[in-house]
Amino acid sequence: MPHDHDPDHPHTLLPPEPALRVKALETILTRKGLVDPAALDEIIDTYQNRIGPQNGADVVARAWSDPSFRKALLEDATTVVADLGYYGRQGEHIVVVENTPERHNMVVCTLCSCYPWPLLGIPPGWYKSDAYRARAVREPRKVLAEFGVALSSDTAVRVWDSTAEVRYLVLPMRPAGTDGLDRAALAALVTRDSMIGTGLPQSPS
Amino acid sequence: MSRPTEPAFSEPWHAQLFALTVHLNESGHFDWPDWAARFSATLARHGLTRDLDGGDDYFVAWLETLEELLAEQGAANPGEAAHMRNAWEAAYLATPHGQPVRLSDAQPHTPD
Repeated sequence: MPHDHDPDHPHTLLPPEPALRVKALETILTRKGLVDPAALDEIIDTYQNRIGPQNGADVVARAWSDPSFRKALLEDATTVVADLGYYGRQGEHIVVVENTPERHNMVVCTLCSCYPWPLLGIPPGWYKSDAYRARAVREPRKVLAEFGVALSSDTAVRVWDSTAEVRYLVLPMRPAGTDGLDRAALAALVTRDSMIGTGLPQSPS
Repeated sequence: MSRPTEPAFSEPWHAQLFALTVHLNESGHFDWPDWAARFSATLARHGLTRDLDGGDDYFVAWLETLEELLAEQGAANPGEAAHMRNAWEAAYLATPHGQPVRLSDAQPHTPD
């Protein structure tokens, strides 16, 4: 395609090739009445601004603060998080797996990139990479070490492979020295990676 | 909170494509397990020749999956899609810098 970059930009810069193909699909489907552009904007706004790891951190902080919530969460996370307004729009189940001194949990999607969107938002690039998807199962300890997670040799590693139907969230161990903290202060210690299992919560400063 | 904030989508077209797919799923054009199976197959095919880094290449595989699915369903056939893509390109090239880009009112020929 003839497109010489003129320093004065006489015309609007062309978006990248795949962007043109996306616009094409959107226009075709909108003209056929299959897609409502306002609904697309709403979905983007939701995932950019309202859904993200802060939702998962809220759930973790509640589990750390309230034993009966924790018990219910481990038994039936889908229902418990839906009650908080965090429900899967794709109809998936959410399963929460708890870290203990004996077992560290780590989540992957070996086939594509299934992820607990309502609790963590859109997955980071590395979660979607071939390298992580292949190596998390094959050599989890090595991958964890690269993320800076050093586990004692007594701690087993369990890797959970997500599917379109079941998405996992790791419930990390509550850090030491957090006894007096309220739920908001606890939530601030919960990192995204600690809920995927490739990190640990921050320690209170 | 001291957490670094990464944007949810690194490119606007990633966000558009994601939203389009989620919207089509939510309006019942396909179910999510079917989508995930198709997308997994595309990723596996692309990953045979090189290591995907989970960035642009991930959404390129996503786009290819959606194009194929819509073609199969007859919602957007490849000829229509290529035609519309060219119309958008022409619109960008014809729009002076700084002005909103709009498709010309003359609708491209699309088979009804």
